[in-house]
Amino acid sequence: MTKNNQKDKNRVLMVGNHIIGQAAIEAGCKFYAGYPITPQNELTAYMADNMPEAGGVFIQAESELAAISMIFGASVIGERVMTSSSSPGISLKQEGISYLAACKLPAVIVNMQRGGPGLGNISPAQSDYFQATKGGGHGDYHTVVLAPNGSQELFDLTYLAFDLADIYRTPVLVLGDGVLGQMAEPVTLKPSFKHEKTKVDKSWALAQTKNKEPKVVKSLFLEYGALENLNKELKKTYDIIESNEVRAETFYIDDCEIILVAFGATSRICKKVMMTLRNEGLKIGMIRPITLWPFPKKIISDAAHKKVKFLVVEMNMGQMVEDVRMAVFGKSEVHFYGRTAGIIPSEKEIIKKIRSLS
Amino acid sequence: MKKIFKKSPLLLDPVTHYCPGCGHGIVHRLVCEVIEELNITEKVLAIAPVGCAVLAYDYWDFDTTEAAHGRPLAVATGIKRMRPDLIVFTYQGDGDLAAIGTAETVHAANRGEDLTCIFVNNGVYGMTGGQMAPTTLLGQRTTTCKSGRDKKRDGYPLKISEMLAVLDGVCYIERTAVNKPKNVILTKKAIKRAFVNQIEGKGFSMVEIISQCPTYWALTPEEAVDKIENEIIKETPLGVIKDV
Ligand code: SF4
Repeated sequence: MTKNNQKDKNRVLMVGNHIIGQAAIEAGCKFYAGYPITPQNELTAYMADNMPEAGGVFIQAESELAAISMIFGASVIGERVMTSSSSPGISLKQEGISYLAACKLPAVIVNMQRGGPGLGNISPAQSDYFQATKGGGHGDYHTVVLAPNGSQELFDLTYLAFDLADIYRTPVLVLGDGVLGQMAEPVTLKPSFKHEKTKVDKSWALAQTKNKEPKVVKSLFLEYGALENLNKELKKTYDIIESNEVRAETFYIDDCEIILVAFGATSRICKKVMMTLRNEGLKIGMIRPITLWPFPKKIISDAAHKKVKFLVVEMNMGQMVEDVRMAVFGKSEVHFYGRTAGIIPSEKEIIKKIRSLS
Repeated sequence: MKKIFKKSPLLLDPVTHYCPGCGHGIVHRLVCEVIEELNITEKVLAIAPVGCAVLAYDYWDFDTTEAAHGRPLAVATGIKRMRPDLIVFTYQGDGDLAAIGTAETVHAANRGEDLTCIFVNNGVYGMTGGQMAPTTLLGQRTTTCKSGRDKKRDGYPLKISEMLAVLDGVCYIERTAVNKPKNVILTKKAIKRAFVNQIEGKGFSMVEIISQCPTYWALTPEEAVDKIENEIIKETPLGVIKDV
């Protein structure tokens, strides 16, 4: 078999939700618990089908609360773990995510977002940006948030999520949406890049035979100052993550009058818009945050000046735009265009908005 | 003098945070004795609840994790499914197990998870200051039912052990008490049974232990143990509820 054929063997057509499942298995995920909710059911079914053969455990939990607590349990003993859901289910998981963060337990949580608030609808949305990037549950913590925008990134970033979770001992969120989950695209089922640090010490885990002293995993700290110490330790980790793990893609930002900012599925539409308008001679570029937390503040801030205008496009009523405004810090005009409740903004609408700016 | 009793080395000696006359200390001791006698210390992983016993790990010389309120049996499920070689048990109060965690309790039991559940039932929320619990008896006074639990307003005491007993995944449930030496001995026997069942892979086992909370029953320790004898076990009789 030639090298090329070998490559082809790993190249398949797959829906996004299955890609995430396969990436998790490839990354060594050994425990998955899920609960039915649209539009991520294909992922749960994929794990049910494939985890046993991969030497892992699949459980359909009785609720999102139970699912996140089950992965908490498997993480306590040092296994690679994942759960997935969509917006309303992720709200329920916030309890467990806060405990995972406090106990410094690695875990991967996938949110294939749908329209909200409330039961909302089952169409794609990006309206959980605030919840994902500002903590989400109670207490002083962050989760790393990765925002893929297509098949290969669904694979690569899910794979990366497991490494980041282990390296920083933190829950990591993969933030997709209904479009990405349901869309089938060709994908290579091997990560196209890897984090430089993959082998991580897990001597903190419970029930390891080499443990001499009994160990406790806990998040209750009653003594004066003890909880503040934990929060300071977490903050230190977050600072390291902010300086090491920011990822973003940029297009033409040194030579433009308008910079689009978009993530996930919306960035695919915006890229198309950018190409169309550049062909017409408009000086337009784009910044696509890949990590939503840590947010690419510096990249945005460096691109901001008097002569450039920003247009943030999201599938919500304006959430990431707040972080863009903070990063721009008054150096440029920042505008927003969004559709919400499961409605995807069209190229035409975005182009109309851009024309209204110039 | 001949030494006829000594404390299990698994039971540590911190300054106790439990109130005088509290039943938790006895149950902690019994759990440690059973683990020592079964020689499973190396394999034990405990899940501490949210409630008065949240600090259980300060008293135990084996690996322990906390869980969110009501979720110990879901956490235990994750551990045991991943590591069937471990002996996993939860230590839970009535609020944790039978109110906020009812779903996790019912479904872990129904799946027949190979787990041991030590359910300490004192009929109040102790840690938060003596509120009404799912198992508070009718007429019993708490800070959230000052005139006594009223069936119209508050519903009936939840018979969670009887509820769980009908589930096919459950192999053993016994209700015991720690109000007098004889009952303490029977409680230890039941705890041992619940651990042996797990070692033998029989399914879900639970011991409901009626335990005294003198502080929020507003009684002296002596009055509290008498209340168990004269009132509580009349309503919720001791004994094996299910054994298959
Ligand atoms: S409040 Fe009740 S259960 Fe809690 S420690 Fe005191 S006596 Fe024990």
